Amino acid sequence: MDPFRQLDFLGIEDEFSEEECMVRDTVRGWVSERFLPVVAEHFEAGTFPSELVGELAELGVFGPNLPEEYGCAGLNNVAYGLICQELERGDSGLRSFVSVQGSLVMYPIFAYGSDEQKSHWLPRLASGETIGCFGLTEPDFGSNPGGMLTRARRDKGDWIIDGRKMWITNGTNSHLAVVWARADDAIRGFLVPTDRPGFSAPEQKRKWSLRASNTSELVLDGVRVPEDAMLPKAKGLAGPLGCLTQARYGIAWGAVGAAMACLDEAIRYSKERIVFDKPLAGFQLPQKKMADVATDITLAQLMALRVGRMKDKGTLEHQHVSMAKRNNVDMALRAARTLRDILGANGITLEYHTGRHMCNLESVYTYEGTHDIHTLAIGQALTGIAAFR
Amino acid sequence: MKIIACIKRVPTTDLEPKIVDGKSLDPTGVAFETSFYDQIAVEAALQVKEQHGGEVTVLTIGPKEAQKELRDALAKGADHAVLLKDDRWMSRDAHSTARTLQQKIQELGADLVLTGRVATDRDNASVGVMLATLLDFACVSDVVELEIDGRGGKARREADSGLESYSFSLPAVITCQKDLNEPRRAGLKGIMAAKKKPLDESDCPESSNQAEVCQLDTPPPRPQGRIVGEGAAAVEALIDALHNEAKVL
Repeated sequence: MDPFRQLDFLGIEDEFSEEECMVRDTVRGWVSERFLPVVAEHFEAGTFPSELVGELAELGVFGPNLPEEYGCAGLNNVAYGLICQELERGDSGLRSFVSVQGSLVMYPIFAYGSDEQKSHWLPRLASGETIGCFGLTEPDFGSNPGGMLTRARRDKGDWIIDGRKMWITNGTNSHLAVVWARADDAIRGFLVPTDRPGFSAPEQKRKWSLRASNTSELVLDGVRVPEDAMLPKAKGLAGPLGCLTQARYGIAWGAVGAAMACLDEAIRYSKERIVFDKPLAGFQLPQKKMADVATDITLAQLMALRVGRMKDKGTLEHQHVSMAKRNNVDMALRAARTLRDILGANGITLEYHTGRHMCNLESVYTYEGTHDIHTLAIGQALTGIAAFR
Repeated sequence: MKIIACIKRVPTTDLEPKIVDGKSLDPTGVAFETSFYDQIAVEAALQVKEQHGGEVTVLTIGPKEAQKELRDALAKGADHAVLLKDDRWMSRDAHSTARTLQQKIQELGADLVLTGRVATDRDNASVGVMLATLLDFACVSDVVELEIDGRGGKARREADSGLESYSFSLPAVITCQKDLNEPRRAGLKGIMAAKKKPLDESDCPESSNQAEVCQLDTPPPRPQGRIVGEGAAAVEALIDALHNEAKVL
C-alpha cells in the first residue's frame, strides 16, 4: 500500500523545525511498519501488543520531553505532541499507553518526586524496564476526583493504602502504580510497586473501545509501602490535575493523528471505489464531507501547534489545554463518524482503520476530563464562575 | 578506521513525476529522502565502526535542504557530515558526481568508502565503481555480505551466475545491495544528539557533465486490464490470451 499521506492543506509543515519533522517522521515510519500490520489482530483479540514495548522504548517515546540525565530524549513539547499525533494515527490505545507512561507516571515522579525517586524510577521507565499506571479515578468519582474514598494511613513509619481505582490504562501490565489517596492532611501521590501484597488489577473485559489497550481496576487492600513511597512535592488535587494537564496536551495532538488517518483512508477509498461508473470521490456529497473534515483537521492542527508553542514558552495554562483537548477530540470523533460513512459497508470491518478509530475516540472523548467537564473549565475561565460545583 | 558513506537525496519512490521544460522534474511538492541503497551503505558503515572502531563521515552533494538526509544519518550514529552544496545536484552525470566525491574523499582521507549500488532517481549504478577507479581503490559492487578485518575484507556479491566471493585490500569502495543489512531507525535521542554533531557545508565545484539529459518523458500509461471471464469457465480464454496475445506461455 502507498505510504500514509498527511493532510497539510495550509503548509503547516513550514512552522515545524527540521528536528520536529525528523521526530514526527521517525515515529510515523515505526507506526506504519511495525504497529499498523498487527493492530487489527490485537484490537479483535482485545490485547495490547506488549511485544512492541521494547521497540517503543528503543525509539525513545517514553517521557521524550523529560531531561536526558534520566535517559530521556529532552525534546521540546511540540516534538512530543507530534509523537502523540503519530502514535494515535496508529491507534488511540497505543497513544494512551505512551501517554500514561510519560505524562501520568514519569511526569509526576519528575515534577513531584524526590531526587532518589527520580534517579531510581525515571531511567527504568524510560527504558521500558518498568511499566507504570496512574490511579486517580474511582468507581464513583470520575469528574469529581476530590471525593475519592481511597485512604492512606500511617502505620509504624509506613503507609497503608486501602481503596479501589477504576478505568486504569496499563493497570494489569504495570510494575508500578502512581496511586492518589487521601492522607490525613491532603490528597497525596504514592509510588506503589504492583507486586505488593494486597494489590491486584483485574482487567476490564468486554470493551468495544480501546480494545488494543489494557484497562483495569486497581484494588488496594491494606497495601503497605514505605514512607519514602510518597511523592513529597504533591499536596492536594493540584498534583494529579497537573499530571492530567500534561496528558491532555498529548491527547489534543493525538486526536489530530486519528482524524488524519481517517481522512487519508477516505480519500484513497473514494478515489478507487467506482459507483455509477465513476469514482465515489467524484460525487458532491463525499467531497463535502471530506472538505469539512480537512478544514476541521487543519484548524485542530493549528490549535495543537499554538498550545505546543505556549507550553514550550511556559505560558500554557490548564484552561488552554481544556480547549485544545475538547475541540480536537470532538473534531476527531465527528470526523471518524462522517468518514466511516464514506467507506460504506467496508467501514464496519477491521480491514479499514476508520471504524476502529471511531470506537476508540468514544473513550478519548470521555477520559482525561469529559468533553462536558472541559466545556465547564473553559466556562469558568471566561466567567470566573465554576458551574460544575 | 576512517569510513565514508556517500548518500544521495532523491525524490521519494511514491512520487508521481511531473516534467517541466521537457527535461527536468518539477520540484513542486516533491518529498525527498535518502536513496534506499544509500541507507544500506550508512548502516554498513555504522556496523563496521561498531565492530572495528573508527569514525563514520557521511558525504553528499545536494542543496542546503540535504541537511535533512545528513542529520538522519548523524541521528543513526554517524559522527560527521559533509555537504557539498549544489542546487542542480540531480542533473549531474555519474562522472561529474564521482569526480567531485573523489576530490572530497581524497581531502578527508578514507580507508573504506560505502555507497549504494544505485541511486533510486537516475538508476545509473555507476558512481560507486567510477569513484573507485578515480580513487584507485579496490572495488566490489552489489555486495550482499561484508566482513572487514584490519587491512582488508571479504565480500560476496550477487552476479547473474550466482554469488561471487571476493577478498580485497583496503582502501576500498564497496557498493551495497539490498540484502546486505536492514537499516536501523534513528531514535529520538539520536535525533537530539545529531544536533550537536559537526555538519560542514562548502560550495561544490561546478559540474563537468560529459552527458546531458536532453529530454525526459514519463513512462506511457499502462493499458487497462481486461477481465476475460469468471470462474473455471474463464481458464480456457485466459490460457488463450496468455499464449496468443501476451505470448508468455
